[in-house]
Amino acid sequence: MALLDGIPCSSAVTSHRPWPRVVVDADGWQKAIDRLVANEIVLLGLWGDADVVHMALACPEGDAIAVISLECRGGTFPSVGARHAPARRLERAISDLFGLEAAGTPDDRPWLDHQRWDCAHPLGKGGRPKQAIPYRFLPSEGEGLHQVAVGPVHAGIIEPGHFRFAANGEFVVRLEGRLGYVHKGIEALMSGATLDGAARLACRTSGDSAVAYSYAFVSAVESALQIEVPARAVYLRALAAELERLGNHFGDIGAICNDASFALMHAQTGILRERCLRVAETCFGHRLMMDLILPGGLARDLAVDGHAAVTGLLAEIDRAFPRLIELYDKTASLQDRTVGTGVVKPAYARLFGAGGYVGRASGRPLDARRSPGYAPYRDLSFEVPTLQEGDVNARVWIRIREVEQSVQLIRQILAQLPAGAIRAALPSSGEPAEGLALVEAFRGDVLVWVRLDEDRRIARCHLRDASWFQWPLVEAAIEGNIIADFPLCNKSFNCSYSGHDL
Amino acid sequence: MRRTLLQSIVRGPLTEATPEPDEAALAELACSVDHAARTRLGRSLAIRQVDAGSCNGCELEIHALNNAFYDIERFGFRFVASPRHADVLLVTGPVTKNMREALNRAYNAAPDPKWVVAVGGCARDGGLFAGSYACLGGVSQVIPVDLHIPGCPPSPTQLLKGLLALLQHAGANLPSS
Repeated sequence: MALLDGIPCSSAVTSHRPWPRVVVDADGWQKAIDRLVANEIVLLGLWGDADVVHMALACPEGDAIAVISLECRGGTFPSVGARHAPARRLERAISDLFGLEAAGTPDDRPWLDHQRWDCAHPLGKGGRPKQAIPYRFLPSEGEGLHQVAVGPVHAGIIEPGHFRFAANGEFVVRLEGRLGYVHKGIEALMSGATLDGAARLACRTSGDSAVAYSYAFVSAVESALQIEVPARAVYLRALAAELERLGNHFGDIGAICNDASFALMHAQTGILRERCLRVAETCFGHRLMMDLILPGGLARDLAVDGHAAVTGLLAEIDRAFPRLIELYDKTASLQDRTVGTGVVKPAYARLFGAGGYVGRASGRPLDARRSPGYAPYRDLSFEVPTLQEGDVNARVWIRIREVEQSVQLIRQILAQLPAGAIRAALPSSGEPAEGLALVEAFRGDVLVWVRLDEDRRIARCHLRDASWFQWPLVEAAIEGNIIADFPLCNKSFNCSYSGHDL
Repeated sequence: MRRTLLQSIVRGPLTEATPEPDEAALAELACSVDHAARTRLGRSLAIRQVDAGSCNGCELEIHALNNAFYDIERFGFRFVASPRHADVLLVTGPVTKNMREALNRAYNAAPDPKWVVAVGGCARDGGLFAGSYACLGGVSQVIPVDLHIPGCPPSPTQLLKGLLALLQHAGANLPSS
């Protein structure tokens, strides 16, 4: 059954690339929800526009993607979240930003809008700011329950968010997160921005995924404009993306162990992470490789000594990492904390379409590099490691295996690196065009959708972090665990706050 | 584990030489920190990091200060879990309106004397996010700032230089007894 089968549509938008976008009526919208509920298709994104809502859908294998759009008559649209839970927070964000209401939603609480802005619905109809009302957390009832409120400022060098635990003694009965504290209004700043300016903003949506976000953003733009990127730039983008993945995986494997009080691993992987960042600086002039990827190609070519620096890094990883894997595997006190802790059931990972190591540790074998796939990964060989257990230990192992895959990928990239130009020219004007891209960041798939105007400025850009579908699973995973294991569970997800809040 | 520990001893430290304190930072601090505060704090400063809307790039580099290469604790700095234990608030981000109250509360919870260090381009003037409906545009819009460390994000070395300037300033003119 094809992706859009059984979903009646009135017209297709021809300027939308590379996947189709079709306009549906309320009936088509409901049919799509039916198929989501039946687990036949996966929700990839849901976002607002001027009096329109768009919903990105994928087949369960991830290789077919489509967007359906519904005009919102009277400022409302039929709620997806009412029948398909993963859409709820996305709908709350649409309500906050655009003032488009999901009719029939069971959860009409604000999400990103904490009633601190000077206006309501900043991307939509505007208006006077909403009156501040105390946030209603979901209720937990039962004998001996107490609440623990944590955040937004946490006891560490981490991003802000609020967590509300309902606990019985040490055991968590319910966790509910409240996010939006780092909402910066990125999508509003994007509107009207030049392509290069918007790429800089995309980079800073989530600093740990600066490469992945700019990669996704420029891919959407290049699809919209049908631009052929020079082969050298394509390969160097992948090199940057894999260096970013390595750095994050090293840092987080250590940090997870550190949250289980095993500081030795943290110190050792911290060395490898620092090496990755230094090599990134040698190669591309910036430790986090910000502002490297621009529409049409790259801002800078690989430095003269870049090749040798990367080769040296891979040699050090080959030397040091197997010993650290052994250390992780053979330290019983550490395994005691990670095995069986914070389990995400495979059914939940499937329901939420969870990407990244969160999905792959719970039996969902998807990776955007493989499906839908994009250049140059189609020409490189790599495995997508998958496990079924879904606990902290499984998420650590997925990351360990992904480090090994990234090392292999970088070797192939260096061996096949083409010579030549690194940036293609961009047209300065043309018909309005739309593009969509899905790129695998270290924590999962980043979706970017853009609409460009005649002057090749951004008319609307939507960025969806993998965390939107992972944060709710943190809440599910902690249930029945003890509060003291929350940092460990949370770190094993390492969801983005900034990427989610935008 | 024994082999890893043994190698760490035999190999010698990765920790790098101390960078010179940043001149610009010293000049900025010269007019902001009074003598009494300096003498009370000595050469040990407790830092509380507050993310007020950062993209998390600054946090990654602040984290790196704890790794074997920069080893910030050798200078007497340590990161603490509560603003109530802090001498220094290290604030990042363009200060989102949704974080204003939390930042104010963290500032008020830190005991006097205290310093505020604004880290990164966003924390100075909002950076790329200046002008957004959701941002206030810099830490000094909410609380007084003693020192700015520029960069997007500042590298660990830049952070160290700025913080060492703070330390040098804090430790200057200590009573000789």
